[in-house]
Amino acid sequence: MISRALNLPIPGPVIGMALLFIVFLVRRDIPEPLERTGSGLLGVLSLLFVPAGVGVMQHLDLIAASWLPIVVTIVASTAITMLVTAAVMHGVQRLVDLRPR
Amino acid sequence: MSHPVSIWVYLSASPLLGLALTLVVYAAADVLAKRFGSPALLNPVLLAIVTIVIVLKLTNTPYERYFEGGQFVHFLLGPATVALAIPLYRNLALIRKSALAIIVAIVIGSVTAAVSGALIARALGAPPIVVHSLIPKAVTTPIAMGMSQQMGGLPSLTAALVILSGITGAIFATVLWPTGGQPDYASRGVAIGTAAHGIGTARALIIDPTMGAFAGLAMGLNALVSSLLVPIVVALLRL
Repeated sequence: MISRALNLPIPGPVIGMALLFIVFLVRRDIPEPLERTGSGLLGVLSLLFVPAGVGVMQHLDLIAASWLPIVVTIVASTAITMLVTAAVMHGVQRLVDLRPR
Repeated sequence: MSHPVSIWVYLSASPLLGLALTLVVYAAADVLAKRFGSPALLNPVLLAIVTIVIVLKLTNTPYERYFEGGQFVHFLLGPATVALAIPLYRNLALIRKSALAIIVAIVIGSVTAAVSGALIARALGAPPIVVHSLIPKAVTTPIAMGMSQQMGGLPSLTAALVILSGITGAIFATVLWPTGGQPDYASRGVAIGTAAHGIGTARALIIDPTMGAFAGLAMGLNALVSSLLVPIVVALLRL
């Protein structure tokens, strides 16, 4: 709702995550029932992506027509992104830690 | 006892079909993967999706019919994303300590994902609509679909490519970095969340709670950074 009202490019659930995080910061703890429900949901997070993933079947022809570029791009680009991101994070953190305070 | 065929007729006429199919197939895929010691390639999400697509194709069931039941599972994605605030709060001290590194890594990671995706796809001769649908592949689905539309891609194709990227990233989480060693779990988590959004985050949570917390944070921040930055970079580079 906030996302619609303010015309933000961020989806509602991500804003919800930020709001809940702020609530935890203010309360300085996580309420027990929320902890249980939330951890239960996160335990099956993978399952929740299945229905959207099955949507792949609507584009089988388009994917079949250029499957090689699609597969190579996804595999190579995802690997490059993960390696670069981890290296940058690790490198910057080391610089920050080295700096005398 | 009624005939199995009549049960199928009843189920296929009700939304329960999609729901039951999703739960049963995923549970079976999960058991199978664990049985073989959860090797990276035997990803339960991938296995479940492939199986369900085959079942639907064989029974001539349209996706819309399946989704009437599947939506009940799909709906929980929203609350689950909100629940990512829990591991985030648990790792507050670590995140505070690494705030600068996280932000720099996500900015560079989001541009790397978009630019490398566009360049590789174009070099391999993918049609422009596929290239533009691939650019936001690392971003969480709802945002990626919006970005795809904005850049001349096909939002529903982007949704499929986002899922495939997530599964790829989840597989790479253990292939690129075997347990232990460098880089640290926080850096790996940020990398997974930036490159493989929620599916990567789900995998990271299973590997290590700290990695999962950083992945969830990176997924959220990457959604914000990418939606603002990627369209500008794409326009500047004329991708």
